Amino acid sequence: MNELIEAVPYLGKRNPRLTKWLIIILALVAPLIAAYFGRSWMRILDFALLYMMLALGLNLVVGFAGLLDLGYIAFYAVGAYTWAFLASPHFGVHMPFWIVLPLGAAFAALAGIILGFPVLRLRGDYLAIVTLGFGEIVRIFMNNLNHPVNITNGPQGINALDSLNLFGWNLSQSLTIGDFKIHYLYLYYYFFLLCVIGSIVFIKRLQISRVGRAWAAMRDDELAAKAIGINVRNMKLLAFSLGATFGGVAGGLFGSFQGFVSPESFSLMESIAVLTMVVFGGMGNIAGAIVGALALTALPEILRNIALPVQEALFGTVILDPEVLRMLLLSLAMILMMLLRPAGLVPAHARYSRPELLKGGA
Amino acid sequence: METLLQQIVNGLVVGSVYALVALGYTMVYGILGLINFAHGEVVMIGALTALQTLLILMGVAPDMAPLLKLAIAVLVAMPVCMILGFLMERLAYRRLRGAPRLAPLITAIGMSFLLQTLAMIIWGRNYHTFPQLISTAPMQPIPGVFVTPVQVAIVIVSALVMAGLILLVTKTRLGRAMRATAENHRVAALMGVDTNAIIALTFVIGAGLAAVAGVMFASNYGIAHYAMGFMPGLKAFTAAVLGGIGNLGGAMLGGIVLGLVEAVGAGYIETMTFGFLNSSYQDIFAFVILGIVLIFRPTGLLGERVSDRA
Repeated sequence: MNELIEAVPYLGKRNPRLTKWLIIILALVAPLIAAYFGRSWMRILDFALLYMMLALGLNLVVGFAGLLDLGYIAFYAVGAYTWAFLASPHFGVHMPFWIVLPLGAAFAALAGIILGFPVLRLRGDYLAIVTLGFGEIVRIFMNNLNHPVNITNGPQGINALDSLNLFGWNLSQSLTIGDFKIHYLYLYYYFFLLCVIGSIVFIKRLQISRVGRAWAAMRDDELAAKAIGINVRNMKLLAFSLGATFGGVAGGLFGSFQGFVSPESFSLMESIAVLTMVVFGGMGNIAGAIVGALALTALPEILRNIALPVQEALFGTVILDPEVLRMLLLSLAMILMMLLRPAGLVPAHARYSRPELLKGGA
Repeated sequence: METLLQQIVNGLVVGSVYALVALGYTMVYGILGLINFAHGEVVMIGALTALQTLLILMGVAPDMAPLLKLAIAVLVAMPVCMILGFLMERLAYRRLRGAPRLAPLITAIGMSFLLQTLAMIIWGRNYHTFPQLISTAPMQPIPGVFVTPVQVAIVIVSALVMAGLILLVTKTRLGRAMRATAENHRVAALMGVDTNAIIALTFVIGAGLAAVAGVMFASNYGIAHYAMGFMPGLKAFTAAVLGGIGNLGGAMLGGIVLGLVEAVGAGYIETMTFGFLNSSYQDIFAFVILGIVLIFRPTGLLGERVSDRA
């Protein structure tokens, strides 16, 4: 939270308490503001929250532990497909969310360990390529496992996934209290918001724990970390599996929210998009992941709304369609950020468990 | 037996293209320790530039000999890619030389997607037919095994280009400067080598090879489109690692071996897995091989151990 407050320009340093309340109020009323601009913006907001969870999870792997994972979206896919298998008419199984979601998270964590084991010895760029390969393998299987036994329904994907049902309370139906009707997009927003806040609290505690400090040590110098007795192997596996868990949960929520899953949603481009969010916001930094996810989900949409009419006015036709604009924006964001501001929008501070000792020493 | 021979022929053809692309990866890695992720995209730009040139030529001079057209197309595509390679190094990678290890890699990934997007804007999302200027009428040197003149041309040209590159690197002054820079930048600079120029040149040569490879790829499959470079790029990288990254001979060997494994594997995967997997899983081979090599023999077939170098 403090990082987030400091990230707010000007006001953050002048009046942290006011900024804090502003952020909280903004997070609570955001869907109301979005609703003013139309339903599609509320959906975008919901997706922004999902991307935040993904960015938080990937940040754990890339930012905290320093392991560049280019196949992260595979864990998202595992979560989403778990939901699709266990809560949809595809196999005729309809399990409640409190079974499916943890199962999806567990499968994703397992996938993280399966990926983690062979790549333990690899570093930096090699790790990136192998994880990329892992992501592609998962996608190829999703695409082709409709033959000879139909498991994933191939490129068509799986339809009519069950929506989130919190103990009899279906989140995909608008809630009616008296005359007052609350649209389901609000319900999802607040549920996702709760999940994101939960993740932030968890990751925050993790970061200053023994594990988080071990990761930081390992990231900064693996050899030195080994020398002071950190079990690098276990720490790496833990990073992969915990990061994957977040991906799995976000995937399950995505499946329930979207109502259908197909391999197309889990392309390499999505892995890259999440990575860009982490990099753009600032690696190794919770506030960075949040700012990055929000900025890079909202920016393409804003561009879509501005650039399309402008193009039509200038050239009479649409030259760059929104998807192209999004790719252009993401790739440029990645390159320019690395060249001009490698630490990201919200640079991470070095963290110490007892900063007061450091101050005294210096 | 015919199937096996046929797949070996196909594997050799694809493998020699992989080898050409792998050389670009391996040279840059040898000198900078950087995986130039965008190298596959240079292949794509090469193919599409050649396609554009061919289309223009067909409009302007429809009677020109097909081989001459193809030669002109390659001669246009090569400088375009070389300039592209030069710009990438000059504008992005050079500034990141002292940066933390993840920065250049992330930049390279961004570069790869930027080039894909630009190509998508210029050439659209559609698959384009690449004109077949060398005959594709199959010959049968052995009954049941088909070889087309295009395939023969691909293997011969890539062998010639690779021989030329080896001569350049081992026999000339320039090649010696390149090897010295790869060995140790600073010492090479002290010996009077302009290392910045050599690094730029490495990118340029790699991009030139990629342009040739792009034309071959497009001719072999008869199509070109904006995303055609990504997969071959990854596979060529795999080939470079398989051969031992940083090692020119290794890249060539790795390319051929990968091409063969992929083609033969795709031909037999269905029988091997009792019909459970089929040839749509072809792309998996490269990644599985990459994983296995990095885990059990990170040095590759001919290289020194590098996977610890980050």
